[in-house]
Amino acid sequence: MGARISQKIAKTLIWTIALTVIIILMAIIVFILYNGLRVINWTFLTEIPREMGQQGGILSPIIGTLTVTVLAVVIAMPFGIGTAFYLAEYTRGGAVTRIIRFCTESLAGIPSIVYGLFGLIFFVTTLGLGWSILSGGLTVAIMILPTIIRTSEEAIRSVPNIYREVSFTLGATKWQTIRKAVTPSAVRGIANGIILSIGRCVAETAAVMLTAGTVLTMPESIFSSSRTMALHFYLLAMEGTAMDKAFGTSAVLIILIFFINVVANALVNRFVSKGH
Amino acid sequence: MPKLSPRASKRNSVNVSTKKAKITTKNLNLYYGGSHALKDITMEIPECAITAIIGPSGCGKSSLLRQFNRMNDLIPIARVEGEAYLGETSIYGKSTDVVELRKKIGMVFQKPNVFPMSVYDNIVIGPKHHGIRSKSALNDIVERTLNQVAMWDELKDLLHKPGQELTAGQRQRLCIARTLAGDPEVVLMDESCSALDPESTMKVEDLMIQLAQKYTILIVTHNMEQAVRVSDMSAFLMIDLDDDDSARKVGKLVEYAPTYDMFTNPTDKRTEDYITGRYG
Repeated sequence: MGARISQKIAKTLIWTIALTVIIILMAIIVFILYNGLRVINWTFLTEIPREMGQQGGILSPIIGTLTVTVLAVVIAMPFGIGTAFYLAEYTRGGAVTRIIRFCTESLAGIPSIVYGLFGLIFFVTTLGLGWSILSGGLTVAIMILPTIIRTSEEAIRSVPNIYREVSFTLGATKWQTIRKAVTPSAVRGIANGIILSIGRCVAETAAVMLTAGTVLTMPESIFSSSRTMALHFYLLAMEGTAMDKAFGTSAVLIILIFFINVVANALVNRFVSKGH
Repeated sequence: MPKLSPRASKRNSVNVSTKKAKITTKNLNLYYGGSHALKDITMEIPECAITAIIGPSGCGKSSLLRQFNRMNDLIPIARVEGEAYLGETSIYGKSTDVVELRKKIGMVFQKPNVFPMSVYDNIVIGPKHHGIRSKSALNDIVERTLNQVAMWDELKDLLHKPGQELTAGQRQRLCIARTLAGDPEVVLMDESCSALDPESTMKVEDLMIQLAQKYTILIVTHNMEQAVRVSDMSAFLMIDLDDDDSARKVGKLVEYAPTYDMFTNPTDKRTEDYITGRYG
């Protein structure tokens, strides 16, 4: 077969595959938005659910989702980024590094229900935090830790080594080198990892069911039990009593994730663009 | 053999030998794991002069340069033996503060490695690390160093432009300005012209000669013409059989002499072979 023909076939094939994937993804989004958008109105967004979610809105699940997510990200970020810097800058591949890496890689592949079970036993029961936003946030924080560590470490490692060398020759300490020469170039990659993690928090269902609970009332503090949107959607769909509300919830969820991505990327661009 | 420039004149080489030593090494050795990269390097590098380190690829020129600001410390398998002094201070002494040492011994690399930040921020990064916070002091440093590298007029209106948008030649001079901003006593230049076009190379060479009035400069170059054009002293390094163990090879300082003397009357046969282009 001629090179020209194989080139044509390869090109057609790749185009077809890409197009198929885009069509499937778009179809899902259009389907959800088509079914969900007609449910969304001001009342839906500002009222708490009534009659097990068959009536009313989804304000309390929105608040539940946002609080669990913010809590998880705020808790996981310093630990995740700190560990990534430790792995990338402070160790030279010793036993500790291998253990941490083995753990993060194993943890990344565990289904979230297992984290939920751990959270239920440890945070909810042993520490006595009960079904609460705090228990849910802590559990989800542990769940997203491997993602943050791996993406951040990758981002830090991809900073050209010459930046570190130049920084040292300018009389910088190790910490100054990390702060001024490495971090500015790694921020974008680290932020991408965080954005990815936010997406996972917002969409998390199984882990929060066992730790944050399923109540529909408005949470009063992080010690209150709550229900997240993804979980609300799951429970409504399972019962089959309010499919319209379920679609409305998932539409809000999709819009929220989209919104978070746009805002986060804009923030990163604004922060990183200086000097580029 | 490269043509001699006025700088490498007989008079110049005599002057150099009367200058005070800025860096002194005594039997300095460098090992990378099991390999003996540099063996028993003993040399006195004169103050406010340009010393060129020449030799074939892989002979340890850059490694020797990195001995002086302890950049080899960053390589886990590197091990150093012997003595080296900056003035009276021991470079490898137990109480030596490496960060302080590197403030005094600046370095310019082969590629113009400008940080992804503005021209201004690139220059002040060193002084800021050293604790200078005052805006006016930093402004003064930027103006002084850009004048030193003859770019103030070119860049004074572009100080807040990303440094990476400059041409390669400008970037390399910006790197030199960045190094000078830390107010070093010695400037190490590791093949700092090899990524530049001839015109930029000429500008950087002129700059080296000017800077040598105030700073002690060490350059590594694979370009013998450059060594002849700019340097006062030349050190010829090569990998050769170990005198103590003929089964292994080591990096040696074959000849160290005023540039004029080395290129007109090399005392070692190996130097002569190298500078006349018989190998390398």
